[in-house]
Amino acid sequence: MSVTSDSETTAEIGRRRLRKEDARLITGRNHYTDSMSRVGMLTLGMVRSPVAHAKITRLDVSAAKASPGVVDVLTGPDLADSQGSLPNAWPVTPDQKAPAHPAVAIDEVVFAGEIVAVVIARTAAQARDAIELVDVDYDDLPVVVDLEAAERDEELVHPDLGTNTSSVWVFDSASAGTGGDVQQAIADSDVVIERTLYQQRLIPSFMEPRSILVDPTGDRIEMWSATQIPHILRTMLSMTLGIPEGKLRVTAPDVGGGFGGKLEVTPEEVITVLAAQRTGKPCKYTETRSESLMGAHHGRAQVQRLKLSANKDGTVTGLDVRLLADMGAYLGLVGPGIPVLGAFMYNAIYKFPAYRFESKALFTDKVWTDAYRGAGRPEATFAIERMMDELAAELGMDPLEVRRKNWIKHDEFPFSTISGLEYDSGNYEAATDKALELFGYEELRAEQQRRRESNDPVQLGIGVSTYTEMCGLAPSRVLGSLDYGAGGWEYAQVRVLPTGHVEVVTGISPHGQGHETGFSQIVADRLGVPFDNVEILHGDTQVAQRGLDTYGSRSLTVGGMAVVAAADKVIAKAKVIAAHMLEASEDDIEFESGRFGVRGTDQGVALGDVALAAFAAHDLPDGIEASLDSDATFDPENFSFPHGSHLCAMEVDTETGQVTLRKYVCVDDIGTIINPLLVEGQVQGGLAQGIAQALFEEAVYDDAGTLVSGSFVDYLVPSAADLPSFITDTTTTPATSNVLGVKGVGEAGTIASTPAIVNGVLDAIRHLGVKDVRMPCSPSTVWAAIHDAGSGATAEAPNVQTARGDQS
Amino acid sequence: MTTTKQTVTMTVDGAQYSDDVEPRLLLVQYLRERLGKTGTTVGCDTTNCGACTVLLDGESVKSCTMFAVQADGHEVVTVEGLAQNGELHPVQQAFHEHAALQCGYCTSGMIMQSVSLLNENPHPSQEEIRSGLEGNLCRCTGYQSIVEAVSAAAGEGDTQ
Ligand code: FES
Ligand code: FES
Repeated sequence: MSVTSDSETTAEIGRRRLRKEDARLITGRNHYTDSMSRVGMLTLGMVRSPVAHAKITRLDVSAAKASPGVVDVLTGPDLADSQGSLPNAWPVTPDQKAPAHPAVAIDEVVFAGEIVAVVIARTAAQARDAIELVDVDYDDLPVVVDLEAAERDEELVHPDLGTNTSSVWVFDSASAGTGGDVQQAIADSDVVIERTLYQQRLIPSFMEPRSILVDPTGDRIEMWSATQIPHILRTMLSMTLGIPEGKLRVTAPDVGGGFGGKLEVTPEEVITVLAAQRTGKPCKYTETRSESLMGAHHGRAQVQRLKLSANKDGTVTGLDVRLLADMGAYLGLVGPGIPVLGAFMYNAIYKFPAYRFESKALFTDKVWTDAYRGAGRPEATFAIERMMDELAAELGMDPLEVRRKNWIKHDEFPFSTISGLEYDSGNYEAATDKALELFGYEELRAEQQRRRESNDPVQLGIGVSTYTEMCGLAPSRVLGSLDYGAGGWEYAQVRVLPTGHVEVVTGISPHGQGHETGFSQIVADRLGVPFDNVEILHGDTQVAQRGLDTYGSRSLTVGGMAVVAAADKVIAKAKVIAAHMLEASEDDIEFESGRFGVRGTDQGVALGDVALAAFAAHDLPDGIEASLDSDATFDPENFSFPHGSHLCAMEVDTETGQVTLRKYVCVDDIGTIINPLLVEGQVQGGLAQGIAQALFEEAVYDDAGTLVSGSFVDYLVPSAADLPSFITDTTTTPATSNVLGVKGVGEAGTIASTPAIVNGVLDAIRHLGVKDVRMPCSPSTVWAAIHDAGSGATAEAPNVQTARGDQS
Repeated sequence: MTTTKQTVTMTVDGAQYSDDVEPRLLLVQYLRERLGKTGTTVGCDTTNCGACTVLLDGESVKSCTMFAVQADGHEVVTVEGLAQNGELHPVQQAFHEHAALQCGYCTSGMIMQSVSLLNENPHPSQEEIRSGLEGNLCRCTGYQSIVEAVSAAAGEGDTQ
């Protein structure tokens, strides 16, 4: 196999290929769900609760039903027998409390934005008009907004559960046998750093609002949805609604971004199926942006209580993590599993001798949280990278020196971590050295010193973060050991057509990552066919009959490997046919560059000739089935562990609190690179999202549980004017756990950039007495942190969620 | 709600259309739902995301902010009318070559805004491009590749 191309080879892997996907997207010939319609299609409109927690005392839909064009209006009681409960596939503990989650609320609402009735009308305008005519009375109940208040159980989101705690999940290195006792380590250490860090709520904010079209005509139900998970969705919908799985076809056509936000079985999907079944007509629902912000799941939302102990020389001796995780009002598809995924990453790239992790999943009266880019791992990396900086500050050491002191050295791989993972390969030294070189660390430190000495109102901050993540979710048996409801394998089929063209079916379901291009490159190399002759098919359960879809940077590491496995089976079959065609022994057949040759002769046949022979089937060897295709599933043996070093410099105006990012350098090691162009795109986009958490974005609820940042006016997704250009580079330490050597890249930028930025902001103002700044580091927050430190008041930002003051 | 329909006549991507529409029908709905021009997308309801950007008499407008009746008598160009005689517009070509898109949802609007930006300022600096695209959000790319594409398309203009 040819892996990388540094010379004049024709290898596709490693080549900067422009994307196949672009042609339709740059000309407007896209195929997003909302761009589709069916004859006789009806449109749905959702009536959503304006209040966070209340009994529904009256729900009158008669005027809406009589409104022009309205076919029906459905309420929770109407659907009580048919809607089931939305699935949670990850019961992390046997005693996890999970309230029933109706798609349409039945007699009580538990978050603002919850659906209380559904209008089915001939046109979208008629649906909108009728929504206004639905009359609902709410009898308010106490609202639980703050996570720390939720923990105290003074008011309950679900009184019948008797508590706001859904589950408590614990990992302890002493009892797991992977390390020492953390309390002992803390007691025996020279320094202990204690901090409470806040992971604000974020909204994934995919650009394409969620849209669903269901056609129940014929004897099958066909669904198109802007989803990341058509296969999981089909299985879960059939389990929830009792539709035979074989009668349900789910297609994810072009999907306008997901970032975890479309890794969900949504109430809207369930409702659209039910509406289509009831009316017998195609039904479509497309959310507005405001509905998306309040009704599609959020991410992050954790309080992290941390204790890090170390010796005077900077050697870390133990880490104790106590986490509060905001589940919102219900458990999403994988929500409770997200802090658990994070648990494996708090030790990051370091050799910690003792570690304990405990997370409490809590209910609040807010939309539920679930996967968002990195899911658990960004939160963990943020915590440890902030703590390493605090340790460095406490000991007066350079932040990189503290990291070097504790990290796993290149020659120590494979390495068993204290959380029980086996890191296969890594080279933190190489990535860091390269990043330092690109960054110009020494000069920037000198400038920082000058600005400090001259009391410049604009201070310079240098932020550092080093990270690893676990990609390639996941070995199925590991997921099983963590009580996840499904496996982590992936499926592929490779078909060589009689014309010699190749069709590849994959169970992964891309939404912007460029898989059609990257997978074509893998197959072109493996089968020795031209890139343009490979067609990738995906995102349709009738085409890709099996699959576990796209999330957690698993597409290449797991999906790509399934494609390789299927291609190898095709080659093996073709070899038997080729030997027969060439009247040679199979042992003498060699396959190279798309051709089967007889060793030591110039005789041979091309793959396409074999495919034609297999298609015609006039003369196949005994026991060989017609047609040249094969399928395979691949279950990884291990996760993959990309890593990297990120460095940034920013100016912080101490008079206004304004943070201006000046330079951002990152060097990521993602193993073998299939296509540098796709990698750069993923890294740059990931950086933008991680930086956005550090500086701009927050889902803010007021005390009544109303989403204050309910539009793109208040929820600040950064624009081009808010971000600089990035300097991105890579080092390559191939993964040893898969033959391609790939590690995954989708989440790297997001994971590493958030702590790098916050560390940088603090680095700029720490000498003013500031010990912490809460995210997002908006001008008012930073200004207040500086001001409070100077005035001798507590440096910790107030413990209440308030609307961002700098919007006005 | 009963409303009197009004007749609108406009040129869209070079063809003339005349239709009776409700006064409240947004231009983007008219383009997508009545004319089937689904290349223009909708990302928000607050005129913030720019996904719906089209050209009205050569200048960029957010088609979710205008009623179809306001475009009466005007000329509209959408992303679907940008390529001429099978040749991509230089901005489209540059978006492809610089990988200025991932999921593609913001892309029609980004391209239209970039075309309008370059019409007004054929040689924008990186900073001018960034501020010129401020009203268009992209969640996938981090903007760097978009800025590079617009720069490149501007350079392309030089040689023509
Ligand atoms: S849809 Fe027009 S600006 Fe967002
Ligand atoms: S390419 Fe996905 S939003 Fe811009």
